[in-house]
Amino acid sequence: MKMMSMGALAALSLGSSSCTQAQMEEFLQKRFREMTEAEKKEVIQRLEETYLRKYGKKFGISAQPAGYGVLWGYGLDLSRCIGCRRCVYACVKENNQSRINPQLQWIRVVRLKKGSLINLENAEHYYNPETVPEPGFMYMPVQCQHCENPPCVRVCPVKATWKEPDGIVVVDYNWCIGCRYCMAACPYKGRVFNWSEPNIPADELNTDVHYLGNRPRMKNVVEKCTFCVQRVRNGRYPACVEACPTGARKFGNLLDPSSEIRYLIENKRVFRLKEDLNTEPKFYYFFSA
Amino acid sequence: MKIVSLCLFAIIAFGVPAFAAHHDEYPVSTPPLTEGIFPCSNCHAGMEVNAKRRELKDEHANIKLRHAENDRWCLDCHNPANRDKLKLVNGDTIPFTESYLLCGQCHGNIYRDWKVGIHGKRVGYFKGGKRLYFLCVNCHNPHDPKFKPLKPEPPPTQPERTYGR
Repeated sequence: MKMMSMGALAALSLGSSSCTQAQMEEFLQKRFREMTEAEKKEVIQRLEETYLRKYGKKFGISAQPAGYGVLWGYGLDLSRCIGCRRCVYACVKENNQSRINPQLQWIRVVRLKKGSLINLENAEHYYNPETVPEPGFMYMPVQCQHCENPPCVRVCPVKATWKEPDGIVVVDYNWCIGCRYCMAACPYKGRVFNWSEPNIPADELNTDVHYLGNRPRMKNVVEKCTFCVQRVRNGRYPACVEACPTGARKFGNLLDPSSEIRYLIENKRVFRLKEDLNTEPKFYYFFSA
Repeated sequence: MKIVSLCLFAIIAFGVPAFAAHHDEYPVSTPPLTEGIFPCSNCHAGMEVNAKRRELKDEHANIKLRHAENDRWCLDCHNPANRDKLKLVNGDTIPFTESYLLCGQCHGNIYRDWKVGIHGKRVGYFKGGKRLYFLCVNCHNPHDPKFKPLKPEPPPTQPERTYGR
């Protein structure tokens, strides 16, 4: 459907190389254009009918665009995370991820030895002790970092993934061709692939979905964390934030000086993962204690 | 008429300053009181106050104080005059829904972070809806506040090894 990406493409060709309107028209040759509201409605209706047939459930698909003056940012308190993986499963449930074969999870909690936080090659994400936290270890959940300069977007040959005006990096599942270039380009392993038809128990389907977010995916497409686009554009905290039993996860608008995220960036010890790669993540790890 | 104006005078003279000194209020969640235990005055109203440090045998036997237990006992936080309220060091009494004021007396830096949403947890709508702030006691048992270890959710399944066989 490419409703946002067409706009993004037009903006890209206009913005990045200061080309003129005439040059842009020459380049696009009227093959690409932004969808009208009526066309978007039609696509949504078609999808809702498809889902009704496939899952026997009435879905509400939102195409709510980004709000004005919003740039989402995420904070994660490493001094509070205990590695319990509650966020992982809350995310799976909220975002209709395939449960088994393939098992897809958008959050990967890695365990690191205390004192060697930068040695990511020693990270372990299959840890399974009786209880967490284990003495001598730290836990660092990693998910899509929603880079301001996302390498995954740059490599997509069909522009099926792009950065929204509110900073969320999204995928158009109906446009993705499954080449997985983006997965190779992502330095955070933030993307997962539907190697086979997704498996979601019918009674666990979340029918409150967004076109660019948690609507059910199909075989052969890439998916990833969307900061729960279906929730945050309505002013609700992401599912992982609400699931965290230690309150280690923070979320807010980076452009709002009174937001929680701005406070922690200004007042706490903060770092961004693999900052040296110049990806400019909007995911801030911090230490409150 | 005179009585009314007197009352008004009293409110203006005493009530308002008390209000002005009042603190900010937060949309907090319900305190996790054991079911049927509140109001405390149901039992405590007619009881003699016993401030002595002792093992609680008849009631509240499940409470084992592990929170600087050598320095305090029940009535340092619970208000002996009216058990339905908590008591601050300065003598003010507060409802259980404002217990963060009590915790903040000692844990000032945590309280500061809690007020801005860095320590603790907020759920619901950060914009355009109801937001709920967890109270300190929603996560920390006030009598034994250390966060208890949890059983982790299962790890992801390891991919099958398809090479080197």
